[in-house]
Amino acid sequence: MKMTGSEILLESLKKEGVKHLFGYPGGVVLNIFDLLYDEKELQLILTRHEQGAVHAADGYARATGKVGVALVTSGPGATNTVTGIATAAMDSIPLVVITGQVPTMLIGNDAFQEADIVGITRPCTKYNFLVKNVNDLALTIKEAFHIANTGRPGPVLIDLPKDVTTSKAEFHWPDHVKIRSYNPTYEGNKYMITQAAHMIAKAKKPLIIAGGGVISSDAAKELREFAELTDLPVTMTMMGLGGFPGSHKLSLGMLGMHGTYYANKAVQDSDLLIAIGMRFDDRVTGKIDAFAPNAKIIHIDIDPTSIRKNVRVDLPIVGDVRRVLTVMNKVIHEEVKEPWAEVRKSWVKQIDVWKKERPMTYDRDADVIKPQYVIEKIHELTKGDAIIATEVGQNQMWAAQFYKYDKPRTWLSSGGLGTMGYGLPAAIGAQLAFPNKLVIDIAGDGSIQMNIQELATAVINKLPVKVAILNNRCLGMVRQWQELFFQERYSHTKLDDTVPDFVKVAEAYSAVGLRATKKSEVEPVLKEAFSVKRPVFMDFVIDCAEKVYPMVPAGAAIDQMLFREEEKKLEKKLKAVK
Amino acid sequence: MRHTISILVENKFGVLSRISGLFSGRGYNIESLSVGETIDPNVSTMTIVTSGDDWIVEQINKQLNKLIDVIKVVDMTELDHVEREMVMIKVSPRQEDKAEVLRIADIFRGRIVDSSPKTYTIEVTGNEKKIEAFVELLKPMGIKEFVRTGKIAISREGVKKP
Repeated sequence: MKMTGSEILLESLKKEGVKHLFGYPGGVVLNIFDLLYDEKELQLILTRHEQGAVHAADGYARATGKVGVALVTSGPGATNTVTGIATAAMDSIPLVVITGQVPTMLIGNDAFQEADIVGITRPCTKYNFLVKNVNDLALTIKEAFHIANTGRPGPVLIDLPKDVTTSKAEFHWPDHVKIRSYNPTYEGNKYMITQAAHMIAKAKKPLIIAGGGVISSDAAKELREFAELTDLPVTMTMMGLGGFPGSHKLSLGMLGMHGTYYANKAVQDSDLLIAIGMRFDDRVTGKIDAFAPNAKIIHIDIDPTSIRKNVRVDLPIVGDVRRVLTVMNKVIHEEVKEPWAEVRKSWVKQIDVWKKERPMTYDRDADVIKPQYVIEKIHELTKGDAIIATEVGQNQMWAAQFYKYDKPRTWLSSGGLGTMGYGLPAAIGAQLAFPNKLVIDIAGDGSIQMNIQELATAVINKLPVKVAILNNRCLGMVRQWQELFFQERYSHTKLDDTVPDFVKVAEAYSAVGLRATKKSEVEPVLKEAFSVKRPVFMDFVIDCAEKVYPMVPAGAAIDQMLFREEEKKLEKKLKAVK
Repeated sequence: MRHTISILVENKFGVLSRISGLFSGRGYNIESLSVGETIDPNVSTMTIVTSGDDWIVEQINKQLNKLIDVIKVVDMTELDHVEREMVMIKVSPRQEDKAEVLRIADIFRGRIVDSSPKTYTIEVTGNEKKIEAFVELLKPMGIKEFVRTGKIAISREGVKKP
């Protein structure tokens, strides 16, 4: 039986197991939206902005591990997805973004709402397609999902001209897909893995750096087994949080620019780094020439381009993290028998010394609300069993530092691109996937205003996301840099009176608005927010001078850190770093 | 160091843009580029001359391989191979230089592909050095127009491919 392109699209999505998509209608996708009107198996969540749709699909994908899907119209609808797509590309998140396009005969004519979205998104997608013939549509969709969710995952865009959505073809759903030029390497080289196991046995101060690859390959269990088997301390990149339990005794928390003192010290002192599913981003390495000066590096990653891109690597293993670690654990079990606890004793002891020397801390006795206090309270009240999304900036770093992520896929944050406005729509996507879970967006008063309109999406779809706004009335992270490195010249970072009344904003959207201005109000506000089954904005009026510490100044080695307790001596220390 | 990289790609629209976008987006330079269909019309060969230290060239190779439409990447520089490019030069020599132009063309096994009362158009193929030597000799004769292809390269038989 012949079907229209629109019908083929929806049937194909169902064949791919899609239940939810996020989107926004428009002229050239009217035929698709018309079908969605009666559709029972596919639910489209109408966001209030196309960027929100892509972030929501991204949050859905991060929380579930499935491909997130967005559907938008041509021109501005399509260009509005670009930030969302780039966000997903930088963090290797599987998405399929379907954009409408003007009819094929008009392409290139500067038609109404025409944009060359395939050209625009070429550098920020893993791959993209322009479908010119309805007969290619089913295969294209199959290929798009395949590319998005295999190898190193990423966003794929399908541009669908209007006439393709109306013309008819036989629907053939391909059983499998084979792309001759796309063959990711999954199995790590056994010889290299064995070599790695022996290097680990010989090392005196080995350290695991776990990245987002641990989460995207579902390797948390294997990583834990690996670390426990050989008593290996683990630090995580921001993308890797949750890949190893944050409250585990072997965990050193996050490393890098705002990493823990002990993680950064351990990296710099280590004689063997085992980098797993991470890419040595500049926020992780600091000054590259001074990074881990004493360490050999074993690098496990599915993407060969990640290896030897930024740092020298002594032993590369290209492959899927989970499969490599499975083999590694087997090799260690069978071939490398060491009295691990004994071997690691002095190294673990040294790390404990660092942990005690400078633990993660803040002014716990302050009268004003400290943002870290809010985060710790959230962790305490949720018992760590929540999905946390964040915006970008100080709120994100505090959320990374003061909440312990024990499970993968409970931390949704824009790492690579650093996209303000990511958190609320991402939380909405996660809440849709897990209606009974507590989903909390930790936000700043700046970031939340970048996609604040999505509160309407949460309200109308009865998605009870909680937004904890750490309201310091300024663009805090930029302000922090201005304070430390630009002689307190606060150029365009004060929001002050222009920050809206978030309680009223919430109420205007028919959500719940709560406010805490005193420390004693924090817990009651959180408890109330978590008990209502509606979306809530919590306005925490925090100390605007609070900064994120420790901090590695840009261009410094990662053990050249600034600390809160040395705030008074900072000026001198900054000079020394330079 | 300069590298000649031969890339087999799916012959689809947008592929050239994906490759050139990779080079421009990551700050690698392209010294020359040539593209053409292979015997299989679904596959094209691109030959790119680029330069960089080993670290960069390794990244270029890997990044190219990562592109979905790229079937195979061969760094010709690592192999024994033959390289060719072609130029067509239109010269308008003075009357007394005309014989010299023809003599130079002959030495370089060039062919006169067009002539007019005032000009000769000469076609020459060869490796980069030969082309450059030829151009140097013709420069004093009055070059009116000059076009040059990108480099193409093929491995010599009997050489093990990586």
